[in-house]
Amino acid sequence: MSVSSTFSEITHPPAPEIHASHDVHDHPFYQRHHFETAEQQREAAGFGMWLFLLTEIMFFGGLFMAYLLYRNWYYDAFVAASNSISVPMGLTNTIVLITSSLTMAMGVWAAEVKNKKLLQIFLLATVVLGFAFLGIKTGEYYDKFAEHHVPGASFSIADFVNPPAGSKEKPLPMDMAKKTEVYFSLYFAMTGVHALHMIIGIAILIVLLWKSNSGVYTSGYVQPIENFGLYWHFVDIVWIFLFPFLYLINRH
Amino acid sequence: MSTIVSLPDQSTATLPKRSYLNAEHGLLSWLLTGDHKRIAMLYLVSITFFFFLGGFFAGMIRLELLTPVGDLMAADTYNKMFTMHGIVMVFLFLVPSVPATLGNFLIPIMIGAKDLAFPKINLLSWYLYMIGGTFVLASLVLGGVDTGWTFTTPLSTHYLNTHVITTATAIFIAGFSSIFTGLNFIVTIHRMRAPGMTWFRLPLFVWSNYAASIMMVLGTPVLAIAITLVALERTIGIGVFDPAKGGDPLLFQHLFWFYSHPAVYIMILPGFGVISEVISTFSRKRVFGYTAVAFSSVAIALFGFFVWAHHMFIMGVSNYSALVFSLLTMLVAVPSAIKIFNWSFTLQKGSITFETPMLYAFGFIGLFTIGGLTGVFLGSLGMDIHLTETYFIVAHFHFVMVGGMLMAFLSGVHFWWPKMTGRMYPESISKLAAVTTFIGFILTFFPQFVVGYLGMPRRYHAYPAEFQVLNVLSTAGATVLGVGYLLPLLYLGWSLKYGAIAGNNPWQATGLEWQIQSPPLTENFLETPVVEWEAYDYEWLAKKQQAELSHV
Repeated sequence: MSVSSTFSEITHPPAPEIHASHDVHDHPFYQRHHFETAEQQREAAGFGMWLFLLTEIMFFGGLFMAYLLYRNWYYDAFVAASNSISVPMGLTNTIVLITSSLTMAMGVWAAEVKNKKLLQIFLLATVVLGFAFLGIKTGEYYDKFAEHHVPGASFSIADFVNPPAGSKEKPLPMDMAKKTEVYFSLYFAMTGVHALHMIIGIAILIVLLWKSNSGVYTSGYVQPIENFGLYWHFVDIVWIFLFPFLYLINRH
Repeated sequence: MSTIVSLPDQSTATLPKRSYLNAEHGLLSWLLTGDHKRIAMLYLVSITFFFFLGGFFAGMIRLELLTPVGDLMAADTYNKMFTMHGIVMVFLFLVPSVPATLGNFLIPIMIGAKDLAFPKINLLSWYLYMIGGTFVLASLVLGGVDTGWTFTTPLSTHYLNTHVITTATAIFIAGFSSIFTGLNFIVTIHRMRAPGMTWFRLPLFVWSNYAASIMMVLGTPVLAIAITLVALERTIGIGVFDPAKGGDPLLFQHLFWFYSHPAVYIMILPGFGVISEVISTFSRKRVFGYTAVAFSSVAIALFGFFVWAHHMFIMGVSNYSALVFSLLTMLVAVPSAIKIFNWSFTLQKGSITFETPMLYAFGFIGLFTIGGLTGVFLGSLGMDIHLTETYFIVAHFHFVMVGGMLMAFLSGVHFWWPKMTGRMYPESISKLAAVTTFIGFILTFFPQFVVGYLGMPRRYHAYPAEFQVLNVLSTAGATVLGVGYLLPLLYLGWSLKYGAIAGNNPWQATGLEWQIQSPPLTENFLETPVVEWEAYDYEWLAKKQQAELSHV
């Protein structure tokens, strides 16, 4: 019995009451045609986002692998080099970023309670904090540039072989001082890739902010805001690892 | 045993009036489509192009090796030839071949869904693939790249003045195409299954693509970061891999092979899935040990991540790690063997028929088994030191990837061609092509085992005269192999217009994809199907057909 009834369901439309959910008018406007229900769509999008973040973990994972290896080999060079970057600036940036995570979380909440004005305020706050982070980061990069601590042709180890007068640093032997370039390579690669994620995030935020004007995200369609929130928190979490790894090596 | 109902009368049969092929018209309707079936066809066309491009380079390599002296091209040109052959074949053909074409077309249908979970991301994947392909072509036009497809540092970062950056960009972009494809598949298989389509009713093709997708999602980003660091080291001179600055070139190899060894299974696992479908259909039996075959795919995916350093036995890893990686490498043989044994048991006492896909599948089993067994030689430390970087290794991975993956791909393309196009291909010439490919393959690569064992190194454009006989044999085989590949291109193209109408289920198979019209509608199913039978349940199919007949 089951065999023939199964087959007939494939070829002939079954009785309408079984598939009441297929009534076109029941679908919310944002539900795509290939999903059975809006709930299925939301779950699929959320799951997809988590998987994407998993790929991001693997992406940063290669860098962290390199970091752990070289930190182990060239610990003294890493300590000396990390002392040359500004902990107050890094700390400020950490606070800025955590605050932006809070405003983003509030934004998701505002979308869920369908408050358009609040949503826009929180998204805007996140954008501003994002720019603040990048601004401070640019300042840090500029300092490194001025001190000839950017890896490449103009890289100088002078500061590590002969620490400037008044600093508490002990001079490093020549061969270990050379390894500071590996530290700065990783510093720029890791914070650079992180900053790139911030730039992409801010661009998406601006698009979301602009589209939220129409009220599309405060009518039950919270998916894009929710997924972007996950992305933003992820970028935040990466920084939560980068800050102690790169700035606080020598603080016990 | 099942009763096979005869095909519909060919003279009166016609294609369905409405299908995904004629739902919309014009080039733009293809280039902007969200339909997974159309995207699969876009992939099929572009992948075929890159396959023949890579094949052209292979032909040039074999032509150069016809004589012991380098008389056709300079060493530098030869290096560029094998580099482009490797890059095009690995990144633009083998990795995307089965998942992006057959997987894209079939996975939603096989699980009873109307589309993949993210159709726009699916289209984006194809564009990323094409942009990556364009960068590869650009590096070729600009003068080629001669690092070998492995981009080994510091060779790639310091000593070559070729277009490493262009090619690295290509691989970075194409990598994202494969990440998004894998992500789309995983979400679709988890969230879009029709009622009754439980995990253990999934066709094994879906299982194997699922396992491959996990590897794409976890492995590809690591390649992306490794390649990015190479590009940064070349451009702005950071020192992560540069030994002069205290960096470690071995680290590059660890990161590279962490992706590129699993990549071998990304390439071969979807092929395993095809073979399971084909073997089951043409022996009319449920795959023996269905659960074991399903889990062995996942086991291969997991083990695949723990064996990368067997590529580095002679490159300065410690004896202890070499020992551990040797052992782990042997372990991968277990789930692979489970598959081979289970296919053999499926065949036992089955009602076997030798249609073209089955011929390719038999070719696959034979060649992949040889490829796998010679892998055990290379996984053993002592043997590896003698054999690595010789033609033995070239023969080994061509047996796995060409003899395995490409045979599976051709098997799958023939098997689902009637579903994809609604038309059959000419029977006798396609069987001829299958046999030609098999013979050509053996003739090309078997002599390479011998010549490699005797000590001929790979990547050289000239060699001692005593190796010439075997090289001539190999080149002759490559010619036969080329004919074997061109034939399907010709007759499959011909069948698009002149092939006999296939009907819904020409092979009398049980999968959901065979229960809908060929070619399918854009939305696949008018109503969501309810699945009440196990995968490969041929008794269910026989009952269904009897019910159908009694209706008439």
